[in-house]
Amino acid sequence: MKLHPMIAALRKHKAGVVLIALQIALTLAIVCNAIFIIGQRIDRVNRPTGLDESNLFLVTQQWVGAPSADTADGVAKLDAMQKEDLAALRNLPSVASVAPINSLPLLNSTWAGSVSTKPDRKFSDKGDNVRTAYYFTDDQAMSTLGLKIVAGRAFNAGDVQHQGFRDNPPRPIVIVTKALADKLFPQGGAVGKAIYVDGSSSPSTIVGVVARMQVPATGTWVNGFTWNATLVPSRLDANFARYAVRAKPGQMEAAMRAVAPTLYQVNPLRVLDDDSVKSFADIRAHAYRADVGMAVLMGVICLILLSVTAAGIVGLTSFWVGQRHKQIGVRRALGARKADILHYFQLENLLIAGSGAVGGVLLAIGLNMLLMKHYEMDRLPILYVLVGVAAVLLLGQGAVFVPARRASNVPPVAATRVA
Amino acid sequence: MFGYYLHLAWHSLRRNRVLTALMVLAIAVGIGAAMTTFTVLHVLSGDPLPGRSGELYYPQIDPQDARGMMPGPMPPEQVTLIDGMNLLRAKRADRQALMAGGTVPIQPDASSFDPFYVEARYTTADFFAMFGAPFLYGHGWSGADDEAHARDVVITRQLDDKLFSGADSVGRALRIKDTTFRIAGVLDDWHPNPHFYDLTTGAYNYYEQVFLPLQTALELHFDKNGSNDCWGNGTGGMQGGAYPSATCVWLQFWVQLDSPAKAAAYRQFLVRYSEEQKALGRFQRAPNVRLRNLTQWLDYNGVVPGDVRLQAWMAFGFLLVCLVNTVGLMLAKFLRRAGELSVRRALGASRRALFAQLLTESGVIGIAGGSAGLLLALFGLWMVRHRTSDYAALAHLDPAMLLVTFALATGASLLAGVLPAWRACNVAPALQLKSN
Repeated sequence: MKLHPMIAALRKHKAGVVLIALQIALTLAIVCNAIFIIGQRIDRVNRPTGLDESNLFLVTQQWVGAPSADTADGVAKLDAMQKEDLAALRNLPSVASVAPINSLPLLNSTWAGSVSTKPDRKFSDKGDNVRTAYYFTDDQAMSTLGLKIVAGRAFNAGDVQHQGFRDNPPRPIVIVTKALADKLFPQGGAVGKAIYVDGSSSPSTIVGVVARMQVPATGTWVNGFTWNATLVPSRLDANFARYAVRAKPGQMEAAMRAVAPTLYQVNPLRVLDDDSVKSFADIRAHAYRADVGMAVLMGVICLILLSVTAAGIVGLTSFWVGQRHKQIGVRRALGARKADILHYFQLENLLIAGSGAVGGVLLAIGLNMLLMKHYEMDRLPILYVLVGVAAVLLLGQGAVFVPARRASNVPPVAATRVA
Repeated sequence: MFGYYLHLAWHSLRRNRVLTALMVLAIAVGIGAAMTTFTVLHVLSGDPLPGRSGELYYPQIDPQDARGMMPGPMPPEQVTLIDGMNLLRAKRADRQALMAGGTVPIQPDASSFDPFYVEARYTTADFFAMFGAPFLYGHGWSGADDEAHARDVVITRQLDDKLFSGADSVGRALRIKDTTFRIAGVLDDWHPNPHFYDLTTGAYNYYEQVFLPLQTALELHFDKNGSNDCWGNGTGGMQGGAYPSATCVWLQFWVQLDSPAKAAAYRQFLVRYSEEQKALGRFQRAPNVRLRNLTQWLDYNGVVPGDVRLQAWMAFGFLLVCLVNTVGLMLAKFLRRAGELSVRRALGASRRALFAQLLTESGVIGIAGGSAGLLLALFGLWMVRHRTSDYAALAHLDPAMLLVTFALATGASLLAGVLPAWRACNVAPALQLKSN
């Protein structure tokens, strides 16, 4: 089919053509970026923390009238209270293991610092220092959290110390994540090497490397060190404590229900409220609620946008079909087949949608650059744009089919009738 | 004449119901999405203290040592206890208050209540007057009470309702963490959003229930919340009654300065203070001060979540597509009626009259779309409220936004009608009639 009569016909109603093309261009620009945002958020939400998240829950509790963590005596008393709690929880029949821990991945309560391979490094010394987040826990951490040791060993009971919340004693041994070990020792062999935490002059020996463990925070400020966690075998003593609990398979609910009565029996002077016992699934849902909300909203916007655009194409094409009723009849009378009429409208739509898509690609890239400048967005991969172009072209063809079918059903006799 | 146009519009819209429904729906979803996201943005970027925010300033000074914990030239976002007390006692501003957040256990006398924890603010006397906190009963404490470590407390109406069934509880005793306090005042409902005076505890929907003198809280080792940044050998106490050391910033200091001249003078004072402290050997850096007012402080902290702005932008793009769509559909509709319009032209109607008639029709579509869009926006906001984010509860449509919604819907649809109406009323009547 020759294109130039079609273009000549389109020039007769420029306004309508420009409007459809513009609408397709804007739709393409918005849909590409929205789907890209959805993809990014889904990637973020689906990244594994490195923990075995099923059957895992966290207990956060606070003692009322606890001794002060400022004195050695107070710290000793707090530690005894914590050990009582741990023993009671470990004795529960539905519980597999328990570890005290200051935070968990996705909990957004972060103790951040920096580690170096050299002593006495200042924070401002760039290059030497690697940012990290600390987990203070004990020898049951590996089994409770389900972390995988890839080199060296786990903590054993003899490694575990305890310290007041505000104290900053030397940390003779640590376990680091593989990401952190690779950054500190690019040549490998991190196990057995010494590192220095927070500019300290006393060494901390790496006894083990875990495959993966995310830091607690999910905000953008941890973007550079999301996987650089450091585990320290030390119980933190304060007037509050957190316990990570792994329930035996299938007994998660029973274990969660048993926590409050058990702990109250150990010591009734404490605060345990509705939020105190939280499954890891809840922690995950809470941490990513904004991302999930954003993805859903963008999805809804895309869907409605595509429907509105499709409806617009149906509306305008129907109008053109009505307007050209008589001409279609003439063409049919001159020997055009039904398929020729159908193809004419399909090709016309392809032409308009195609030119709209060209503009849309430019707009999509422009919008992406604008969003990159003002918000945390990455560069839009060209694949998204190509898929978007294919999608709007298909959408146009789908939308034009109904009015085009109607046009192809115009009988040749329409040529002889008054419009 | 307008009544007649309305009548014509009604007839024309009824004749082609699918097309009409499509146009109304397109405007409705566009307006609904745009207004939902715009309302959230409007609520979140609102002024927490209208009428006062211009006079409130947040001084920043730089007490860090030369090697410094935080890179870059910005001074820390909070103050150390020493500097806070020095600036407070200097009394160089019209009003000033030093503060920190915390959590305290309330131990009611009545056995019907178990002890419970509430959010607390430890602050100084000027806090209430400076921020215009409204008192239901009683009043705050005085500067002398601050220095005397008075056991005075101001509670909120909510706590008063819970403990004293809403009675005037001024003068009654309240046990907080094993210490008996005297209730000095009860605050009426007061919920500044964002929680501007201390953004470290969460920017939205964070309300304290008790306010008590800072120095009293420090003496009694009440627990503190919020963040602290340390340098040198400083260590940060989080909970457990220990406070951050002298090389940590962890308090917020606000001042009220009634005129720009006073603000300039206060900035000079901050520079002089920094020089003085450097001469004394406490500060090691050259004076590095900032004096932002409340609005600038919120901007600087990027309080409004980036996601919310992004959503608003995307929704306005969406509205734009819906409008382009409506323009296209109206064009089709108006041009299809070329015959009818030509008859009216031939019978003597002026172009202006036809234009007015067609715009009336698009205005009707706009109002219908706006009403439906309003319902969608109300539904959208209801959805936002049921999401568990810290600002969810704030998402309500206020009268101003209601008006904006309607103005936007009608304005947008009139705008969408201009081009099609112009094209339609420029149809040559003779040619059109002849071809029929």
